[in-house]
Amino acid sequence: MALGANSMRCGEFRTSYRQDSTIFPTPMSRNFAIAGVLLLMVSPVFLQPYHLNILIQIGYMGIAALGLNILVGFSGQISLGHAAFFGFGAFASAWINSSFGIPVILAIPLAGVLTTAVGMIVGIPAARIKGLYLAIATLAAQYILEDFFNRAVWFTGGSAGSLANPLSLFGYQMTTDTRYFYVVLAFVVVMYLLGTNLIRSRDGRALVALRDHYLSAEIMGINLTKYRILAFGISSFYAGVGGALFAHYLGYVSAESFTILLSIQFLGMIIIGGLGSIMGTLMGTAFMVLLPEVMEGGVGVIADFMPGIEQGLAYIKEMAIGLAIVLFLIFEPEGLAHRWQLTKAYWKLYPFSY
Amino acid sequence: MAEGRNDDVILAAEGLELAFGGVKALRDVTMSVSRGQVASIIGPNGAGKTSLLNCISGRYKPQRGRIRFDGRDVSGFKPNKRGALGLGRTFQNLALFNHMTVLDNIMVGRHHLLKNNFITGSVYWFTGAQREELDHRKEVEDIIDFLEITHIRKAKAGTLSYGLRKRVELARAVALKPKLLLLDEPMAGMNHEEKEDMARYILDLNEEWGLTVVMIEHDMGVVMDISHRVTVLDFGEKIAEGSPDDVMGNPRVMEAYLGEDTNAAAGDDNGRGTAAS
Repeated sequence: MALGANSMRCGEFRTSYRQDSTIFPTPMSRNFAIAGVLLLMVSPVFLQPYHLNILIQIGYMGIAALGLNILVGFSGQISLGHAAFFGFGAFASAWINSSFGIPVILAIPLAGVLTTAVGMIVGIPAARIKGLYLAIATLAAQYILEDFFNRAVWFTGGSAGSLANPLSLFGYQMTTDTRYFYVVLAFVVVMYLLGTNLIRSRDGRALVALRDHYLSAEIMGINLTKYRILAFGISSFYAGVGGALFAHYLGYVSAESFTILLSIQFLGMIIIGGLGSIMGTLMGTAFMVLLPEVMEGGVGVIADFMPGIEQGLAYIKEMAIGLAIVLFLIFEPEGLAHRWQLTKAYWKLYPFSY
Repeated sequence: MAEGRNDDVILAAEGLELAFGGVKALRDVTMSVSRGQVASIIGPNGAGKTSLLNCISGRYKPQRGRIRFDGRDVSGFKPNKRGALGLGRTFQNLALFNHMTVLDNIMVGRHHLLKNNFITGSVYWFTGAQREELDHRKEVEDIIDFLEITHIRKAKAGTLSYGLRKRVELARAVALKPKLLLLDEPMAGMNHEEKEDMARYILDLNEEWGLTVVMIEHDMGVVMDISHRVTVLDFGEKIAEGSPDDVMGNPRVMEAYLGEDTNAAAGDDNGRGTAAS
């Protein structure tokens, strides 16, 4: 067997199955992750609101993208309607909070549950159809939900949009970027832990089995219909929570934010990050959120030599995203996560890589 | 049919008829397997062996006939339900979950025995899901140990060699804790040594683990050596059944296999030029 990503480091001994089934392969990698979270916790001290804003975006988009990755990457189905679920979560949270007076911190997970229900209804066709046909069915869901956002005035405020109250916790209003950053960080950590656990337990394995070989999965006792629809439900839960966080961050939700373009962007995130990789999802989201910002900076520099290029900024951003997806599909179809694995494997064996 | 439960017979297929359009894959096939047996199904290519196995495991729905498994009529059950009742199987063409590790592949076999779900599994540490997973891991490791695939347990199934994949498939089916194991050509494409190993595993599973085995196999040496009972199919019909020795001496079997018109047996002579060994 080839050495590399699978081989254990020297000095690493596992003496129990518990040690062999941890989220992070080594104590070292776990400590690094904890250190990363701690670093993020102190980061508001030295980051500007602009950077925090980007981090918050990565946070709520990352949660929604994880949902899509569970659906597309892990269970092998496809959805072109993820933005609609994201939007549904946003409206639902605002609605639950303002109509029933339920505190925002509870409204967010409740919005997730509500979105789950919608997702499972949309997922019903998945029990019967696959591949491109399913993609079209979810595309229909995207448009139906968009239309619903525009018409259901009681729920979304119609074309005027609806206001989402800020999140308040222990008497603190999470209105500033710094405060809200901690909320999003907590949600990201919790949701990513939940996602990781899901994948390493029974139902997560069932989803992956479904993706790899649905016929033998069925022989192994897995109910295909149930798990296909469940995949949509779980995926929508993450989308709903992500959307709710988005709503209470902006304070205002409008139907125009949740078009098919956003759905495609979510797909781009998980493709660039790596289908079927939890950490890859976060990497891909960061990449997709940062790319336009970096472009903006880059254009700013070039503009010194080529005046007038600022006018094309919007186009350059769009083109960069398209180009990034194409380049990834060609050179790294398994995404940033795979590249990261290769890098780690390289250093594991350095300098004797053979 | 009366609910007369016969504890000796674990699997009974009665009058199975399966047709794909005009092609009759199975014609009135009846067979039964007793608990603790190793039963083999043989026959030339296209005889309907895999179709029969697919009917038993639920992939195909026969147009007529019933299947009773472990005292229950399972004819209307979907494959997943039959699996959960204790009907494990392997496939002729490998059907592993290629992107999962060997360990995860085998753990999928535990699906119907595990109780944690997407909620309790997600919160892992607080609902006993972790303990449950680890308990099952222990049992799965026994299977891995038995089939001698310890060295590859963390490898992705898709990267393994053919012989090893066959073994992993067997492990996955055994993880289901089946009462009856259906093996579709477990030794196809293996070299002599691998065949011997596989025969040993099947015998051990039968004798030590107490599994009833139904297998399709082309290697006559293996079939004759390890099976208690052999069923012969040809053109969707059962042409012989009995102990290996009986079947070997049966003129219709010889005809089906060698294509000779020895005893001018059948009335239809539409060129049964099938030869297989």
